[in-house]
Amino acid sequence: MKQFFVFIKKEFYHIFRDKRTMFILLGMPIVQIIIFGFALTNEVKNAKIGVLDFAKDAASTSLITEIQASRYFDIAQTLSSQKEIEPVFQKGNVKLVIVLPANFNAELTHLHTAKIQIIADATDPNIANQLTNYASAIIRDYQQRITENQQLPYTIQTQVRMLYNPQMKGAYNFVPGVMAMVLLLVCTMMTAITIVREKELGTMEILLVSPARPFRIIVAKAIPYLLLSTINIASILLLSVFVLGVPINGSIWLLLGVSMLFILVSLSLGLLISASADTQQTAMFIALVALFLPTVMLSGFMFPVANMPVVLRVLSNVVPAKWYYNIVNAVMIKGLGVQAIWKELLILSGMLIFFLGLAIQKFKIRLA
Amino acid sequence: MNNDTAIRTHDLTKRFGGFIAVNKISFDVKKGEIFGFLGANGAGKTTAMRMLCGLSIPSDGMATVAGFDVYKENEKIKKSIGYMSQQFSLYDDLTVKENMRFYGGIYGKSNQFIKEKTKLILDQLQLKNEANLLVKSLPLGWKQKLAFSVAMFHEPEIIFLDEPTGGVDPVTRREFWTMIYKAAATGTTVFVTTHYMDEAEYCDRVSIMVDGRIEALDTPAALKKNYNTNSMDDVFLQLARKATRKSD
Repeated sequence: MKQFFVFIKKEFYHIFRDKRTMFILLGMPIVQIIIFGFALTNEVKNAKIGVLDFAKDAASTSLITEIQASRYFDIAQTLSSQKEIEPVFQKGNVKLVIVLPANFNAELTHLHTAKIQIIADATDPNIANQLTNYASAIIRDYQQRITENQQLPYTIQTQVRMLYNPQMKGAYNFVPGVMAMVLLLVCTMMTAITIVREKELGTMEILLVSPARPFRIIVAKAIPYLLLSTINIASILLLSVFVLGVPINGSIWLLLGVSMLFILVSLSLGLLISASADTQQTAMFIALVALFLPTVMLSGFMFPVANMPVVLRVLSNVVPAKWYYNIVNAVMIKGLGVQAIWKELLILSGMLIFFLGLAIQKFKIRLA
Repeated sequence: MNNDTAIRTHDLTKRFGGFIAVNKISFDVKKGEIFGFLGANGAGKTTAMRMLCGLSIPSDGMATVAGFDVYKENEKIKKSIGYMSQQFSLYDDLTVKENMRFYGGIYGKSNQFIKEKTKLILDQLQLKNEANLLVKSLPLGWKQKLAFSVAMFHEPEIIFLDEPTGGVDPVTRREFWTMIYKAAATGTTVFVTTHYMDEAEYCDRVSIMVDGRIEALDTPAALKKNYNTNSMDDVFLQLARKATRKSD
């Protein structure tokens, strides 16, 4: 037992004395949360747009005021002719141009119908889509207001409720994703690298010649990363609750429990990698290609899995992060309990047993 | 078995698939002896040494180390031996003291033992002022001497040295061999591989491996006489030229 503590202590020395490791371990979660929380958001705010108003009458002016007042748009360019539209798009000054025809007010009041043209820069189709939707919505609001007093012959009113995330915050989606990514990075990659580093340096030989049992050596190497991962979970959760305003709707203990399970899965993957890699570069490469990319692509955190082709959907099932992501979504955002996630729990437990068994097997073969 | 024997092998063999890395080697090493284990790269030295250290299970033959069987008692063997490899084997990012504490700890030594032994080694190596420096800041020669002391920390019966003086300057090599002699004088058996033939002369007995077999085993003086030459270099070359296996 004393042997074991000596080992863990040594591992902490390695971690605390390497600034890069320290940064990845403790800075990464914070940096990721901040990048995803504030910089990488798909919500559009204050998009610069242009307005080409041929009418310049009462109706067009009040509509433009309305657009300007919304938090989505910022009128950056007031154009005066059709010819100016193309150049402002080319320069990238604006993402959207709204064209109001001459006699806008007159057509609206007398003919009861007026046409507005919305031109968007669709180089980024998602943004173009969102912007045109926002613009249409503002125009629809405006129209509703001016027809308030008149009874339309038929109306269908749609009532939309956004469940679990009423403000449609992106943070609700990426906090679970960032948790999965950070835990993978810390547990899998860092653990694999530290074990492989001992192989590279030749100190692993010395350890294997010593009476320390190989399995204990490996477990002792993993323990500091397990401890640091729990700190990471705590810091991610604190940041998401207090800085990003994402609530923990379900049981926090359940959330911590399943995170522990995921940490163990990640650690066993790290051990598996370290058993197959001989250099730190190889270990890092395997971790990135075999784990990190699939996690980003196939866990459902960046791209919805349901929309993928069958092959990728099937493939996504072997990505541990996908199940963890589902669990965190269910527990943290939807506030569900164990009965909703038993399937995921079972799958992750199965993966843990499988990967750990495989890792131990591989170590034994190497030692023979 | 004889109580004076530290290592005994008989027809010890290691095969990797169809390749026979070590082919029926037999030898005895006496307690307190400095035994030189020579051979060109790829001759099978390292594989043989790994089997004796319990890192690799033999395919055939028998071997005992410190009186323990390599097949069944390798946990006991591990407690009785020290090992220093050609690769530098201390932790660069730990201090001199921390390295000693760590190795003392994994051999299950008591705090009291570790403390006293650490002081003793620091005195011997005149590293008192450097005790709390990171190992990476020490010059290579010192590191090598320190690595040897650390390998001897738990007072093993037998110490295995795998090309311990690679890349070290002649003066430090001399000092290193003084340490080896001291260790042998206190009864520790030294099993050492080297490519330096002047070092081979320092050994009590020398074996030379060629293509997985031991081709010669005797005192340096007797070897030189048998091969009709006055340098170990020449003995080695005569034997190594017989090799058909390519070096790695």
